[in-house]
Amino acid sequence: MTTTCPECAADVAFNDQPRLSEVVECGDCHSELEVTTVEPLSLVLAPDVEEDWGE
Amino acid sequence: MTTHAQLALLVSRVRYEERQIMAALERHGVEYEQVDTRTLHGGLADRRWPVVLDREIGSVRARYAAWTLEAEGSRVLNSASTIDLCSDKWRTSLALRSAGVATPRTMIALTPEATLAALDELGYPAVIKPISGSWGRLVTKLDNRADAATVTEYIGALTGPQAHLGYVQSFVPSNNRNIRVIVIDGQALGASYQLSDGWRTNIAWGGECVRCELTTELAKLAISAAEAVGAELAGVDIVEDPDGRHWVLEVNAGVEFTGFNKAHPELNVADYIVGYVKSVLADTC
Repeated sequence: MTTTCPECAADVAFNDQPRLSEVVECGDCHSELEVTTVEPLSLVLAPDVEEDWGE
Repeated sequence: MTTHAQLALLVSRVRYEERQIMAALERHGVEYEQVDTRTLHGGLADRRWPVVLDREIGSVRARYAAWTLEAEGSRVLNSASTIDLCSDKWRTSLALRSAGVATPRTMIALTPEATLAALDELGYPAVIKPISGSWGRLVTKLDNRADAATVTEYIGALTGPQAHLGYVQSFVPSNNRNIRVIVIDGQALGASYQLSDGWRTNIAWGGECVRCELTTELAKLAISAAEAVGAELAGVDIVEDPDGRHWVLEVNAGVEFTGFNKAHPELNVADYIVGYVKSVLADTC
């Protein structure tokens, strides 16, 4: 499944079924992208890392 | 009236771990509702989900979601009190100490000036950490008093009373290697080494994971640490000193296991988590 990077318009391909809220990286511009809808597949720039994220 | 699934998976950012958990839930035939914590709201309503698996990446959202949903009657994994404890390094240290779990000598100081005094008392090298930091951010090794004076001066310039708390700990030389033990429902699943070129070994800083033998002693220590904070699902970080003694650094309630899975491809952590979720569902529903 393929869609377009909202930042650089390159193709972003998914090997596995995309998941809602999944974060992927654009292979061209390396932007972090978040899946906002699965059908149809759409991506937006993922939110920046916040200071309380992570373990 | 909205009908909810028996299980809510609380998540905002779906990472490797959440993908694995979702796939495992589907393999095990567990119906679940993916709930984006960024849209979650409510307050003391009727119970929506009997069981909630809290995989929110942000500590603040994870805690407040857990407190709210527990108040509604949900069984939240990990519990709100565990997430609360684990997101505060000092309260974790207190819980570990009160349970008799070996942990490096640690002090808290309530002002930057007192932090410098605490560091002098601990001796150098020492480590200073934010009370509620994650992924090793801003964790700083202080080799001498001059470093400590500079860092505490910077801390004094930060805004907000919490930033002025000094959580300081004796530095344990570990050859740039930490141990991660995953504990699920009081059982140690396995151990991995987190290796790094620098003294911070967090995977978030580019550390890599390799297999570590899970000795009885390591398993006991990790289980005791998870128990001390009430964590049903835990990643326990342990450091080994040059004499081979082990010290618990922290317990992670929102355990990340990408590196662990690479070191242990035979152990599917997500399957174990889902196995435990199923047992909680069976007890609760």
